[in-house]
Amino acid sequence: MSSRQAKACIVGAFEHPTRKAPDKTVAQLHAECAAGALADAGLSKNDIDAYFCSGDAPGMGPTSMIDYLNLKVRHTESTDLGGTSYISLVAHARDAIAAGRCHVALITLAGRPRSEGSSGTAPRTRAGTPEAPWEAPYGITTVNGYGMVAMRHMHEFGTTSEQLAWIKVAASHHAQHNPHAMLREVVTVQDVLDSPVISDPLHRLDCCVVSDGGGALIVTRPEIARSLKRPLVKVIGSGETVRGARAGEIDLTTTGAALSGAAAFAEAGVKPGDIQYASIYDSFTITVLLQIEDLGFCKKGEGGRFVADGNLISGVGRLPFNTDGGGLCNNHPANRGGITKVIEAVRQLRGEAHPAVQVKHCALALAQGTGGNLGSRHGSSTVILERE
Amino acid sequence: MNLKTRVMPSPGTTPENELFIAAAREGRFVLRWCDDCGKTHWHPRAMCPHCWSTRTQWKPASGRGTIYSYSTMQRVDPPYTLAYVTLDEGPTMMANLVGAASGAWRIGMKVQVQFEASDDGTPVPVFAPAS
Repeated sequence: MSSRQAKACIVGAFEHPTRKAPDKTVAQLHAECAAGALADAGLSKNDIDAYFCSGDAPGMGPTSMIDYLNLKVRHTESTDLGGTSYISLVAHARDAIAAGRCHVALITLAGRPRSEGSSGTAPRTRAGTPEAPWEAPYGITTVNGYGMVAMRHMHEFGTTSEQLAWIKVAASHHAQHNPHAMLREVVTVQDVLDSPVISDPLHRLDCCVVSDGGGALIVTRPEIARSLKRPLVKVIGSGETVRGARAGEIDLTTTGAALSGAAAFAEAGVKPGDIQYASIYDSFTITVLLQIEDLGFCKKGEGGRFVADGNLISGVGRLPFNTDGGGLCNNHPANRGGITKVIEAVRQLRGEAHPAVQVKHCALALAQGTGGNLGSRHGSSTVILERE
Repeated sequence: MNLKTRVMPSPGTTPENELFIAAAREGRFVLRWCDDCGKTHWHPRAMCPHCWSTRTQWKPASGRGTIYSYSTMQRVDPPYTLAYVTLDEGPTMMANLVGAASGAWRIGMKVQVQFEASDDGTPVPVFAPAS
């Protein structure tokens, strides 16, 4: 596998250590993340010739942020697939590099939902969207949308709250080793079941944290990557899609990961069983379960049994996931967890994860995200990364 | 049961929903059908989302359906239940469930449409247990 050609490599990855930043602007947080990723890569500001961002960027997105950062770019792009956008942007940056549009691409995310009082229980239908007149009156929030997904999965496949709880338990086992994690206490299945039901069947501990912060990535040509002193992390496969209400043909138990994952595996020429570490978007426990099924780590409907009994805990189970503690315990900056999914996959491939959760000889990793709401419409992105 | 009632925000009026609302004011639940592919869809659009034909029209619907899934927000005052209801005509639509205690709902239950006034009086379809 190590001889596989790649069109681009991730050479810089930075997760902002803050989890609450009331005294900083969103643009300032983007800038601090950019500087962190640049320092991690060992490149300088003037090397950057492309900038990628999404809906969390203030103002006119790239137009505002490129000016704020005082960059000189020859390529830029903003894609909004919600929280998974940054996983897609890694692939888009690779494609722009392969097309000769740029050499060094910067991707940033930042936000302050914790300081601004954002909550997953507040109605989130955006005014002006085509669906708003048909959905906003009903009070769809983040949590009751995913609640309907979990309810349907339990109905069709017999999935239980205990099985969902194991996903949180695994994340907490990893978060205990992350000094920046918001929730570092190891929890049990019973702790999850004893936490209050927010929107049935989801308990408080089935939900991710709300945190300020951000992250950034630097993607570049393999030749430039080889000249740097960091381990090489190649982007070898990707896929993306949008899946929604399908004009009324709703199927809440399948996500876009079925399509984006299959495309990424086909391009990379690897199978789910080859993946040594997986970052999987964890806005809620049910989010992880559905994506694990749709990526093919187990059959549809068998996710509950797959995630139970510690199977996602590094060093214990078959599929170590979210070894930073994920959105469930560590960080969910800007209510958008995609970039932290890529960052922890890069740490694992470099051998720079915490020793207690580092996957031995980790050479092949996957980062998967969904953004928006699995209860209405969502984007899905997959990237497969390989260490050379 | 909590006696407090949640008042829904108005859907607002757009060129794509004004005739739906006009029908609702008369107590009629209608669906948008395509003259070319013969299918209906949800949410209603001027252009058929199945085949992109612009030859679509409103037709009376039964208002009968089956609960596809639901979730009750339990820590807000008052609690309310978000749901998807699969209409007898085929499409599955988002709605609220009303007229029963939150613990009474089950996937597969038969429900019937009724209209509730939103905050500016615009009627919005919701579903109650079928009698």
